[in-house]
Amino acid sequence: MSTPNDAPPRIGVDEWVARSGERRDRGSGPSAAIVRALERVGWWQRLAVIAAIVALFPLLTSSDYAVRVGVNTLLLATLALGLNVVVGWTGLLDLGYVAFYGFGAYGFALLSSNQLGSSGIHLPSLLAIVIVVVAAALLGLLLGLPSRRLQGDYLAIVTLFFGQIFVETVTNVAPKVTGGPNGVVGIDPLNFFGLEVTTTRGYFYVLLIVTVVIMGALHLIDSSRTGRGWRAVREDPLAAALMTIPVNKVKLLAFSVGAAVAALAGTIFAAFQAGAYPTDFDTPFLILVYAGVILGGSGSIAGAVLGATVVSVTLELLRNPSQAATLFYGLILLTLVVRVRPWRKLGAVLAALVAFGFAVHAVIGAISASAVAGHPRSGGWVGDALGSWVVVPADPKGPGNIAFVVLILGLVALVQLKGTARTVLLVPLLYLAAFVWETRLVAEASITRQILLGAILIVMMNARPQGLLGSKRVEVL
Amino acid sequence: MRNGDRAASDAILLRLEEITTHYGPIRILEQVSIEVGEGELVCLLGGNASGKSTTLKTILGLVRPTSGRVLLRGEDVTNRQVSYRVGRGMAIVPENRRVFAPLTVLENLELGAYLRHGEDLREEFERVYTLFPRLHERGDQLAGTLSGGEQQMLAMGRALMSRPRLLLMDEPSMGLSPALVEQNFEIIAQIHATGVGILVVEQNANMALSIADRGYVLQTGQVVLANRSSELLASDELKKAYLGR
Ligand SMILES: Nc1ncnc2c1ncn2[C@@H]1O[C@H](COP(=O)(O)OP(=O)(O)O)[C@@H](O)[C@H]1O
Ligand SMILES: [Mg+2]
Repeated sequence: MSTPNDAPPRIGVDEWVARSGERRDRGSGPSAAIVRALERVGWWQRLAVIAAIVALFPLLTSSDYAVRVGVNTLLLATLALGLNVVVGWTGLLDLGYVAFYGFGAYGFALLSSNQLGSSGIHLPSLLAIVIVVVAAALLGLLLGLPSRRLQGDYLAIVTLFFGQIFVETVTNVAPKVTGGPNGVVGIDPLNFFGLEVTTTRGYFYVLLIVTVVIMGALHLIDSSRTGRGWRAVREDPLAAALMTIPVNKVKLLAFSVGAAVAALAGTIFAAFQAGAYPTDFDTPFLILVYAGVILGGSGSIAGAVLGATVVSVTLELLRNPSQAATLFYGLILLTLVVRVRPWRKLGAVLAALVAFGFAVHAVIGAISASAVAGHPRSGGWVGDALGSWVVVPADPKGPGNIAFVVLILGLVALVQLKGTARTVLLVPLLYLAAFVWETRLVAEASITRQILLGAILIVMMNARPQGLLGSKRVEVL
Repeated sequence: MRNGDRAASDAILLRLEEITTHYGPIRILEQVSIEVGEGELVCLLGGNASGKSTTLKTILGLVRPTSGRVLLRGEDVTNRQVSYRVGRGMAIVPENRRVFAPLTVLENLELGAYLRHGEDLREEFERVYTLFPRLHERGDQLAGTLSGGEQQMLAMGRALMSRPRLLLMDEPSMGLSPALVEQNFEIIAQIHATGVGILVVEQNANMALSIADRGYVLQTGQVVLANRSSELLASDELKKAYLGR
């Protein structure tokens, strides 16, 4: 036919098209230049450099609080690394993951405290950690086995159940052993060959080493037969089976590795806070680990660590009302800048928003002085700047609650609308959001943190569906 | 039913004995008997929904027949798992290729040799790269970003990595341009020339018969014709059975 027989196959003229996504991802400009520069450096060198920089962190700050945040961040990063194997690489929806974290913590607690026996058990830390981690890996296998094919919904339910059972068990079943709701206290600090780790900085370095070692190990696995098997099974279990990959065994292994990593993090966590309490291993915490993995880009080792870092640091910032406010308004502004195009429309919306606020404040102030008597709850410069823009009644609770409901209904309406109507509705809704924030949300710190984290995730997923460091999914047509 | 003139001395790689397969209550295959000899290239022809893929699935063990036997080099594997059968020297190029899209070309090939862990695969890589130089150039490219023709090559290369004695192919020319289809058949002939037994499912009867030793024609789950390719091509039975319907 049209191709001469002796010429090599000339397929792939569409390569340019196929690679256009990649080109778009890289783009140009300084950030792309940094990405390209990083790509030239090997993976291990990058890991070493970043680890060295992170290792400097405790030396640069004198605040124990900051290092403590660092420890929590590294714990979350380790957990995200383990979950990434299960969810990111193998595609198993494990909703009981945090229970393995708890299992590690309680396991270590029982082996390193006065809890069991007349004078307690006080194993050397390394021994206790090995016992607990191996037990967790076996428990992972055991839990995976009855889930036979370890498929989507079935596995999700079994693991969710397991997560609940774990919390129930340590809280109610044998309070003498696990301490019931009060947990286990008085856990020995980590000790390695007679050396006790007692400072926050010490735990930071232990965790840094653990994180780096796990990252290295996972990187090796990723490029090994096992890693390829995991990803093949996630992608197409049937095709994987046709390649003689033992699909169920491969899934079980991933599940078990995840359990072991989580348990390892749990042992260090228990030693660090010298206690293990049931509430540390509840579902909200599971969501945080998932948030880290997804935010960082499911399937990427560095992404899991980066995602966990962003989640952990963001949550910490949200503890302080004025920082939370900066984040809240910053997020709204960022969303507007990204989503509202062209620039003229964006300018019009912002100008209308400012004018709308002052107008509402003036009108309501003229009608009733008490309706504007309150002060924005956001402290700092944000609160000051909003003083005569957003209305805050003397008693904000009632109006705030009503406004919250209206805001949610308004958001639902906003999604349905199109064109000009949408833009017009956007202005009062944004104002309403500020109102709800200043009257209610900022005062309800714990709920607000969850809502904001969710919002950040949604915004992020819109801007970059593959996560911070994830690679775009390739679809075969 | 005639099986054509295959030299009786040839060992039989694959033998389906009066296979009947159901999906639920619906009978899809009825008394299908097929043989592939060592190093033979056999094509399985038939129109849409005539049961060609079901035949391959029965051979692989993805569906179990309600009666009949599947023999692999004389061994009854009717009740064996997929992995066992594939481990006995069978490999498949599945319908629609099913390459692992987010993995690189090299990783896809390595997965094809999953069972041959720890062995020296240089020879296999060389073989595959000689057949498909393109795969060599594209080692680090993600499989999902390959063109359709390249994905077909990858699926074939991946199957060859396990060094199969019997290669099953389900409509390897589906979705390819006419020029690529011709190339594809040339490559199948080349693979055949290296001594691999091949059972290729096709709708494109003339093209398939031009390279095959023998052919079977399926019609609504029954083998209605079985003969040497040259005779199938020469007779007008084929047209009646398959094209005319
Ligand atoms: N999983 C299934 N369940 C029920 N019927 C099926 C299934 N797969 C295929 N069939 C039916 O079996 C018949 C043969 O299908 P198939 O073997 O795929 O045909 P083809 O010759 O086109 O490959 C078709 O009528 C199809 O609808
Ligand atoms: Mg078919």
